[in-house]
Amino acid sequence: MIIHSTSRRWALAGFAALTVTALAGCAGGDGGSTGGSAGGAGGGDEPEKFTVLTANENQALEDQLQMLADGPCAEENAAMPIEHQKTAQADTTQKVTLLASQNALPQHFIAGTDMVRPTGDLGAGGLVADYKEVLGDGFSNILPAAASTVENVYGQMVSLPYQYNLEGIWYNKAIFEEVGIEEPQTYDELLAAADALEAAGYQPLTTAGADGWPMTRLMGMYIFRNVGPDAMAKVKDGSAKLTDPEYVEGAAALQDLATAGYFGTGFQTMDGGTSTAQFLTGKAAMKYDGSWLLSNINDPSQNEIGEENIGFMPFPAVDGGAGSIDQWAANAGAAMAANAKTMGPKTEAWFSCIAENYGKQALETSGIVSGFQVNGEVADVAPVTKMVQEKVADIDETVLWFEALFDAKTGSLASTNGSLLVSGDMSPEDYMAALQASVEAAQ
Amino acid sequence: MSRVFGDRKTVLILLVPVLAVYVLLKVVPVLWSFGLSFFQGNLLRGFTFVGFDNFATFFTDKDALHALWVTIMFAVIMTAAQVTVGYLLALLYVFVLRKGSAFIRTVVFFPMVLPTVAVSMLFKSLVAVGDNQGPVNDIINLFGGESVEFLATTWGTMLIAILMTLWTSMGFYAVLLFTGLLDIPDEVIESARIDGASGLRLVRHIILPLSAPILLSSVIFSFNATLKVFDSLLALNNGGPGTSTSPLTLYMYRTAFEYAEYGYGSTIAVILTLLCMVFTLTVFRSSSKRTED
Repeated sequence: MIIHSTSRRWALAGFAALTVTALAGCAGGDGGSTGGSAGGAGGGDEPEKFTVLTANENQALEDQLQMLADGPCAEENAAMPIEHQKTAQADTTQKVTLLASQNALPQHFIAGTDMVRPTGDLGAGGLVADYKEVLGDGFSNILPAAASTVENVYGQMVSLPYQYNLEGIWYNKAIFEEVGIEEPQTYDELLAAADALEAAGYQPLTTAGADGWPMTRLMGMYIFRNVGPDAMAKVKDGSAKLTDPEYVEGAAALQDLATAGYFGTGFQTMDGGTSTAQFLTGKAAMKYDGSWLLSNINDPSQNEIGEENIGFMPFPAVDGGAGSIDQWAANAGAAMAANAKTMGPKTEAWFSCIAENYGKQALETSGIVSGFQVNGEVADVAPVTKMVQEKVADIDETVLWFEALFDAKTGSLASTNGSLLVSGDMSPEDYMAALQASVEAAQ
Repeated sequence: MSRVFGDRKTVLILLVPVLAVYVLLKVVPVLWSFGLSFFQGNLLRGFTFVGFDNFATFFTDKDALHALWVTIMFAVIMTAAQVTVGYLLALLYVFVLRKGSAFIRTVVFFPMVLPTVAVSMLFKSLVAVGDNQGPVNDIINLFGGESVEFLATTWGTMLIAILMTLWTSMGFYAVLLFTGLLDIPDEVIESARIDGASGLRLVRHIILPLSAPILLSSVIFSFNATLKVFDSLLALNNGGPGTSTSPLTLYMYRTAFEYAEYGYGSTIAVILTLLCMVFTLTVFRSSSKRTED
């Protein structure tokens, strides 16, 4: 009996010792990483490689940076060779949080919108560099409109505008001509055009409901046109609520578009590729999307309706609303931040080279409209790309997208609950109430 | 053999490495997570001690309570379905197909080895609508009905998730219960038959009581597996439409990794662990009481 209880005591003591050792081991590792972080900040040692973390979904960016490394930035690449790292876009917050906590952030990395804001985890920790300081005089290589969009979204200049996207309604000119309709200037005209298209046997609009955001963009644009360009800033600073009638009207407008059947069959589970194919094969007459669609439009194997039949218009005005049709929605792609802790002359040289050469190279090789100056002549620009460039040049004022100023959870809720709104399972009032509750919880 | 296991040193030498691995990989993360549930924040922002605030938040958080409801509902329906269908299949193998059941057993078990994401893609395409309509809607159209967008509704998504999980797991439960049925001595069944028991009476009074232990294990297995459902609901419809089919595991994942709220995420994990323990203990208790009776 005594032996039995002694062995049990031994076993318990052993178990406790193991647990304590393991916990101490983990705690030690944590402390080590914190210490490392402070050391990195103090030492400011530049790593040997120019590590770049990009999203799996954006292969074009990796390709473009590699082309720069092999071409105009060969000198910078020789001094500090580029090394690519990848992550799934959905895992960005998780991956970057872990890397930052281990003092292992790459030199240049994708980050969550909320993370790089001054109040975000990276922004508040001083872990992201300000490109105005990094680029110095070379900052003039960034288009003023793109810089202003970056500052509006992130609250500081902490992202490079590898894309400068306008968002609007792409439409099929041939179908519009056949049905006898012009570019709608007001929302009521848009609804009338949709009715006419439906009567003529065409699907008026196509949208990738499975992605969520293409639907909430329509709602957001209605709100910007109705309330004004500062509609979402007012929600952020608390001077307006999403449950106010003029905001709920936006959600109701989206629900009405779905109920009227303008999006066709099966739109709620439709992915982006299928929706794009519906537009580019002439099955649907309109599609709200960004200018990133140019890569699909300029690809003859995808574009069956022909470049000459592609039109691009801003979201129309809402009668009596405070917003204007001229206020295009714009964004500068996902945040691509620079690691402030490991910044040094070689890294700065890399960023300067990117700012100087990216605009021309991306336009020349892939027809990508970026937020960088195009330094030099580019011949043979595709006509639709040229049209977008001209529109960018004419813009005086832009608005952000619906979720731009939300925290991560509210942004995610806005997209995911969008499918409940359009199916009628959630009323516009409930949809906005859920978002407002999430906004308030985050404050 | 008894000399070997009677020696304390040998027992320690054999046990300690396994115990160490178990403690490091299982006990420490659980304790770590339990500790984190009293904090708020993440690795970058740092952690602030908030006491029981996270637990209080959980019970006032509509999304969390909805996720809890989805989890329990899914677990109850799936456990009932998996064990019932598995048991019926096992009875079919033992009493109808007998020695010729090997082929059917393999075919029914096969979906179990397929990756969940692949199965989800398969079911998604089966019920698809629109330009790439799947066979389910083709059949509905054939009988004059209109296409149904199953994954656009909560009930539709849940129905597909249940059918999909049942299709993949019923073979496993059938084999598990089949082995239990094989343990019932032939003499017992034979003497029951001589006494006049057959068909349903034989199953109810002889087979069911004698296979109770393996049925109990199946119920516990099934409950614990389905309470932790994650990949199938994520891959099928991302917990949607909206968050209406999002279980606790998915809510925990989003909270911790997408919203970087590790403390609250850990609280959800602790509650899920407690839920698994409560279900398991309840099933154990009720079965042991019945045995005593």
